[in-house]
Amino acid sequence: MTRYSALSLLSQGVRGHRGWRPAWAKTHRPKPAYDAVIVGGGGHGLATAYYLAKTHGLSRVAVLEKGWIGGGNTGRNTTAVRSNYFYPESVALYDLALRLYEGLSKELNYNIMLSQRGMLIAAHTPAQMEICARIANAMQLNGVDGHLMTAAEAKARIPLLNQTRDARFALMGGVWQGRAGVARHDAVAWGYARAASALGVDIIENCTVTGIETQAGAVCGVQTNLGPIRTGRLGLAAAGATPGLAAMVGASLPIHTYALQAFVSEPVKPMLDTVLLYLGTGTYVSQSDKGELVFGGGLDRVPTHGQRGNLPAQETVVSGLLEMFPAFAQLKLLRQWAGVVDVVPDSSPVIGPLGPKGMFVNCGWGTGGFKAIPAGGWLLAHLLATGTHHTISRPFDIDRFTTGRLIDEAAGSGIAH
Amino acid sequence: MQQFPCPFCGLREETEFHFAAEAGKPRPEPAAQVSADRWAAYLYLSAAPKGEAHEIWVHRSCGEFFLMTRNTETRAVLATQALPGRAGE
Ligand SMILES: Cc1cc2nc3c(=O)[nH]c(=O)nc-3n(C[C@H](O)[C@H](O)[C@H](O)COP(=O)(O)OP(=O)(O)OC[C@H]3O[C@@H](n4cnc5c(N)ncnc54)[C@H](O)[C@@H]3O)c2cc1C
Ligand SMILES: [Zn+2]
Repeated sequence: MTRYSALSLLSQGVRGHRGWRPAWAKTHRPKPAYDAVIVGGGGHGLATAYYLAKTHGLSRVAVLEKGWIGGGNTGRNTTAVRSNYFYPESVALYDLALRLYEGLSKELNYNIMLSQRGMLIAAHTPAQMEICARIANAMQLNGVDGHLMTAAEAKARIPLLNQTRDARFALMGGVWQGRAGVARHDAVAWGYARAASALGVDIIENCTVTGIETQAGAVCGVQTNLGPIRTGRLGLAAAGATPGLAAMVGASLPIHTYALQAFVSEPVKPMLDTVLLYLGTGTYVSQSDKGELVFGGGLDRVPTHGQRGNLPAQETVVSGLLEMFPAFAQLKLLRQWAGVVDVVPDSSPVIGPLGPKGMFVNCGWGTGGFKAIPAGGWLLAHLLATGTHHTISRPFDIDRFTTGRLIDEAAGSGIAH
Repeated sequence: MQQFPCPFCGLREETEFHFAAEAGKPRPEPAAQVSADRWAAYLYLSAAPKGEAHEIWVHRSCGEFFLMTRNTETRAVLATQALPGRAGE
C-alpha cells in the first residue's frame, strides 16, 4: 500500500497523476476457509474486518458484499456524526465512535473529511426547550460536550433561518454539540477497506450469502453465489438484510425495515456552516463541501425492502426545509434516493451473539448508524475475536428485550431516529 | 402517491393508513405460564420479510384494522380483507 501524503500527492502531480495504484486489492474468488467471515461490506462490516486484523491480529478474514462496498446505507446517508444521546449506555457507545472518528483520518491514512462544524437541535416551544435542557444536562453528566443555546446565539450562527413575524416556527434556542459534524461517507467505507486490505483482509464484492451452515449448534460456514466458505466465526452486519440472514438459521430480530430518504440540491456558495435539525419540521440539513444542501427527515411509514422513497415523505421533508429557509425555494433538487434502514423498537442497535455458537450480529442502527461505524466495527471485532461482549456492547445485547432493560433513545433524547 | 384499498372504504391515499403489526402472531396464553422469552418474542421479534408479507394495517379515517398482503420489495398490494368477524364492503 502506498502511503498517502503531501509528498506523494506532489510527486503524482508532477507526473500527471498517472501512477496511483488501486486503494485496495479486490478479491474475486474467496478462499475455501477463513478464521472469520463478515457479511456486509458497509461501514460496520469493513470496520469490523479492520479491527479484527489490526487490534486482534486475525489475518484470515473475509468481508462478503453482495453488491459493491459502501453501496448500502453507508453510501446513502446524510453523514451527520454526533453523540448527543440521553442514556449513559448510548453516550458511551456513540462517543467511543466519535472519539475514534476524530483520529480516523490519521489512523487509516485516508482523509475521511471529518468536519466538526457543530450541530444544533432547534426548539420552538417551552416544552421543547425543557427537553433540550434535559439532553444537554444528560450529555454533561456523561462527560460529553453539549450545552443549551439561546435563540440569539442560534440566530447568529444561522442567519438565513426564517424568523420573520409570520414564520411558522419561532426559534427559542436548542441543544448544541460543538464536536458534532459531518464526514465523507464513501471515504469511511473506502478508508477502512484500504486499511483492512493492507492487513491481509479479503474484500469480496458481488458475493451474496445465500445460506448459513451449522454443525452441532455452531456455525461452520456460509453458502454464497461464489460457492461455500468454511468458518467458525460469522459476523452479520447487513443492516436491513440482517433479519433475512438470521432467518436462515431460524433466528429472529426485533427489526422492521423502512425506507429513509435523502436529498441533495444543486451546489451554491457557502451559507450554512453547521448541521441543523429543526424539531418543528423534523427536517435536518447541512451543506456539503461542494456546496450542495444535503437534507432529510423522517422515515417513510410503509415497511419495505425496496430502496426507493415515497412521495408523502418527500413532501414533508422538502416543505419543512422551505419553512426553515424560504430562500431555498429557488434551488433545484439535484438528486433524491432512499436506503432500507433496520429500525428497532427502542431506537438502539442490536449487538451480540444470535442463534448458533460463533454467530454475532451488529445491526438495528436504523436511521443513525453512520456516526457509529468505528464503534460498531470495534465492538463486533471484539465479539468475534473473544467470543464475549465488550462492556460497551453488553447493554445492546438482544437479551434486553427479554429482561426489559430497553435503551429507549426515541423517548430519551426525543430524537425520532 | 400510492393508494391502498381499505376493505370498508375502498381506495384511499397511503397517508391515511398506518402499519400496525405483522399478521399471524397469536398472543401466548395463559399469561401466568408464558416465559419471558416467549413474551419477548411475541412483543418484539418480527420477520421483516422481503417479498410477500401478511400485515395488519389500520385505516385511520374509519378506524378499522384489516389484513393486507403486500410485496415489500415492489410495494404492490396483493389483497386486503377485513379481520374475521368484521363485515367488509
Ligand atoms: C437516507 C439516509 C440518511 C441517513 N443519515 C444518517 C446520518 O445523518 N447520520 C447517521 O449516523 N446515520 C445515518 N443513516 C443511517 C446509516 O446510513 C446506517 O445506519 C449505516 O450506514 C449502516 O451501516 P451498515 O454497515 O450497518 O449497513 P450498510 O451500509 O447498509 O451495509 C450493509 C451491506 O450488507 C450487504 N448485504 C446485504 N445482504 C447481503 C448478503 N446476503 N450477502 C452479502 N452482503 C449483503 C448490502 O449490500 C450492504 O452493502 C442514514 C441512512 C439513510 C438511508
Ligand atoms: Zn376505511
